[in-house]
Amino acid sequence: MFDFSKNYFDLFGLPVAFLLDSGALAERYREVQKVVHPDRYANAPESQQRQALQQATQVNEAYETLRDPLKRAQYLLQLNGVDINQETATTRDAAFLMRQMELREALAQVTGQTDPLASLDELMAEIGGLIKAQIAQLAVQFESGTAEQLEAARESVSKMQFLNKLHSEAEALEAELEEAI
Amino acid sequence: MALLQIAEPGESSAPHEHKLAAGIDLGTTNSLVASVRSGQAATLPDESGNHILPSVVRYTADEVIVGEKARDAAVSDPLNTIASAKRLIGRAVSDIKSLGENLPYNFADVDSAVPRIQTAAGDVSPVEVSAEILKVLARRAEHTLGGDLVGVVITVPAYFDDAQRQATKDAATIAGLNVFRLLNEPTAAAVAYGLDHDADGVHAIYDLGGGTFDISILRLNKGVFEVMATGGDSALGGDDFDQVVAEWMMAQAGIAGDADRGMLRGLSAKARAAKEALAEQESVQLDIDLPQGGSWQGVLTRDQFNELVDPLIRRTVSACRRALRDAGVTKEEIRDVVMVGGSTRTLRVREKVGEFFGTTPLTDIDPDRVVAIGAAIQADVLAGNKPDGEMLLLDVNPLSLGIETMGGLVEKIIPRNTTIPVARAQEFTTFKDGQSAMAVHVLQGERELVSDCRSLARFELRGIPPMVAGAARIRVTFSVDADGLLHVEAEEQSQGVKASVEVKPSYGLTDNEIAGMLKSSIEHAGEDMAARKLAEQKVEAARVIEALTAALQSDGDDLLNADERATVDQALAELQQLAEQSQDDKQLKAGIEALEATCGFYVERRMNSGIRKAMAGHKVEDFE
Repeated sequence: MFDFSKNYFDLFGLPVAFLLDSGALAERYREVQKVVHPDRYANAPESQQRQALQQATQVNEAYETLRDPLKRAQYLLQLNGVDINQETATTRDAAFLMRQMELREALAQVTGQTDPLASLDELMAEIGGLIKAQIAQLAVQFESGTAEQLEAARESVSKMQFLNKLHSEAEALEAELEEAI
Repeated sequence: MALLQIAEPGESSAPHEHKLAAGIDLGTTNSLVASVRSGQAATLPDESGNHILPSVVRYTADEVIVGEKARDAAVSDPLNTIASAKRLIGRAVSDIKSLGENLPYNFADVDSAVPRIQTAAGDVSPVEVSAEILKVLARRAEHTLGGDLVGVVITVPAYFDDAQRQATKDAATIAGLNVFRLLNEPTAAAVAYGLDHDADGVHAIYDLGGGTFDISILRLNKGVFEVMATGGDSALGGDDFDQVVAEWMMAQAGIAGDADRGMLRGLSAKARAAKEALAEQESVQLDIDLPQGGSWQGVLTRDQFNELVDPLIRRTVSACRRALRDAGVTKEEIRDVVMVGGSTRTLRVREKVGEFFGTTPLTDIDPDRVVAIGAAIQADVLAGNKPDGEMLLLDVNPLSLGIETMGGLVEKIIPRNTTIPVARAQEFTTFKDGQSAMAVHVLQGERELVSDCRSLARFELRGIPPMVAGAARIRVTFSVDADGLLHVEAEEQSQGVKASVEVKPSYGLTDNEIAGMLKSSIEHAGEDMAARKLAEQKVEAARVIEALTAALQSDGDDLLNADERATVDQALAELQQLAEQSQDDKQLKAGIEALEATCGFYVERRMNSGIRKAMAGHKVEDFE
């Protein structure tokens, strides 16, 4: 009923593109799970139950991948044959690296501020803004789809990895600060 | 010819295809059982009409008493009366000490990882105590429904780790039950609430029970329940409220901490009563008998009470904040905050939770029953009674899963709150030249250090071909199925050497011990059998009576003359009386057969008349 042999976009009947309608994705995800989920096969023969388990697992993986902009970009690069070795992901953009270092320092200094939570909020908003900017760039880069633009997208993905990591560190600190109240 | 067959042609003549399944809310303080009957889920009462079974088991030299009678003996016989076993289930002796549990039992000083409580009936483990509660509830369901249960769904706190879940499953095994699935309590509540209110959107379920706290964030959309995040504290509940109040009373009245156990139980009960009273009034009078004689009188005001419990409530609010963050939603996106669990009756809880979410929490559902009802709905689905139903539950794994890496650190492979079923793989390598084996240590928890997480399993991958350090590629795959069961596999990539393990976390009880407990439980099952057979016949009698009454109403006057009608009516009345009074299944069965024999002519007449009316379009077999 659903085609698991192609890519994640096809599985949900969505066009292969970076920009996607997240509402439509969520809706298609639920529709597909309603059909393939193992709970639907409580009385079915074991082979069908096994298949349901495999398919539901794949559907969850596909949904996780497409719904997160970073994972979606990585997946699209992969579909386009661009190598993304996560360990060696780097950027040569000196300005970005500088910015990144500043943000990291700012994060380290948050706890010393008079209102740490407020400073952290500000910092997280800034990181969030930078992530959004990368998403916008990725949209343009994938839209064009030329070899240079895909190479640029690979670099945007690296930058986003830096930013996402920073954001989750900030979130962890936020949790810590909130617990301490 | 059975009377059931006089159902109108075209009506369903196969009610037996509905498989009997039940949902069980195995609570810290109270337990309930529910089932779906004729499309409606409802909790099932005992013979006296009580739906709630106190989760208390009393062991005497010759019998095991469960429920209200056991609870009544808690003060007079504290050592043999086990309450709140759920707080101990799946935990090791060392866990219980580190939790600072203050429980008035004598723990057997045996060389066992599992706590054993000394009672007049010998040492019992919390798993066996829970099994006794499950047995009573399952028997109640089987009596009410009139048949064996094909399976049950048992609810557990979302924050239970795998050892606590396994221990709960083992309790069910000892009770002779087939567990379709363990369902998270807040999810069960959401199912019952969501289906009832047709409430599409994002909801927060705040579930504060007697001994556990859970928060779940769910999205409901056209019958699909998507758990977005779940969190909580599996050792925090209303019992802790009682505890802080009891401690306050002791401090006020000058009672030492080493007072005898009956005294402590009594104080807990007084504390609980005071807590409950403060839900209605501003202050409560206290009168406590002192151990040295005499008594102490005092007043507990609502303000004082609030001050005592606020630190506990604050812990729950922290967990709410964490769950929102994990779900990636803001407070503003939450459509409703649904309050579940008996402890949400405490006004201060409602107040503080409302304050945090910025909305008045919903308290219009019965917080005691909703979890069991949700479990019953899911049990009905998993029994296969709803193949085309709309409802689907997409749950998450509540705690992160990972493996031990160098330096005693945990590398997370499946982070908490990932939708299941899920499979994730990660590659690892060797750290020594020529290393031929690799130990895989599977862990559960959020902390960085192995020593702070729960160990679920260990296994070894052997036969790694000799290579320099760092050259081997070993792919470790974690898969969690829809039941939340974890399977771990390690594979060396160049030659494909594999090793794997089905993770069945051990919390101390071995399979042999479980088997032994199951055997002794079956030995006591004889007395239950007779009761069940009688219940089955009673259900059968009720079915026959209902069918015959309905038939008489529809065509009794047309098909029978006055004499015949009197004969049938009298036979019917006789069976009704027998069904109410009989204590013997064989006698009742004979009664049913006698009624069928007496009314045979009527059944035949109905058949003929029915066939004349409805023959068109039906095959003869339809009526056989």
